[in-house]
Amino acid sequence: MTAPLSVEGPAAPPRSNGELVFAEPWESRAFGMAVTLYEEGVFTWQGFQAALIARIAAWEAAPAGECWSYYRHWLGALEDVLAGGGTVSAGEVTARAQALARRPTGHDHTHGHDHAHDHPDDHPH
Amino acid sequence: MTSDGSAERLSPALRTEALEQLLTERGLVDPDAMDRLITRYETNVGPLNGAKVVARAWTDPAYRRRLLDDGTAAIAELGFGGPQGECIVVVENTATTHNVVVCTLCSCYPWPVLGLPPSWYKDPAYRARIVREPRTVLSEMGLELPGDVQIIVRDSTSEVRWLVLPERPAGTEGLTEEQLVPLVTRDAMVGVAKVEAP
Repeated sequence: MTAPLSVEGPAAPPRSNGELVFAEPWESRAFGMAVTLYEEGVFTWQGFQAALIARIAAWEAAPAGECWSYYRHWLGALEDVLAGGGTVSAGEVTARAQALARRPTGHDHTHGHDHAHDHPDDHPH
Repeated sequence: MTSDGSAERLSPALRTEALEQLLTERGLVDPDAMDRLITRYETNVGPLNGAKVVARAWTDPAYRRRLLDDGTAAIAELGFGGPQGECIVVVENTATTHNVVVCTLCSCYPWPVLGLPPSWYKDPAYRARIVREPRTVLSEMGLELPGDVQIIVRDSTSEVRWLVLPERPAGTEGLTEEQLVPLVTRDAMVGVAKVEAP
């Protein structure tokens, strides 16, 4: 159903109260993959949630270091359940990501700083 | 844990792209279908759905009773459902009792009625502090509650997603359901704000 959406007022979706749903495009892809795979029955939501809780708990137990990123843990949980189920191993993801990192410049902005913090457009060129 | 040092140095954007490629090659995800899913959550699934539920409950006493009795079923009556909406429990804020929602372990949230959670809801500080010192945190977020109002912190579990039915503000008795909808904010339905009369 597509209800007519009010674009004004505090209830206006989707950026209600002035907030973006996703801060960076990769967050939306990580979100979409998890929901799609759950709906396809690749894993249960309980399984994914347990992995997410474990990832967040590990971050909270670790000494201060990596800055907080909810979707980084979400992605980690997704990788964990897929590796646990034998669907995609962490090594495969790493190898493919390394191959993607070797693409000619202009494809990504990841030069040595990988924190998903407030400065996604900050790259030293 | 499946990480090692070299893997962690790859940005999440690269790992996400790599994972999507691998899953697409295996026929497990369809990038176009994912585009549609993401667009749906960015444009259609949001607090407006919850606001419609609240406005209906304020204007239809029988619906309010059904909503408090079985949130998921009453919300489905308005056409809202889906992932994270399987077990929604609705709790009512009154002049004497104030419910506020958190998920201390991960950030569970009733997507079908509120969309995806805002960053402060996922923040470690909110998740830890709202349980320990709810009155202080609510005050910092701009909600001063009288000392005699009982605060109940609702911690989501793997099964339950909480939705707060805010108190209808005084002075709105003459408004219709449609006129009430825009007054209902996401923050009021999480319990970190009240609904204000226009």
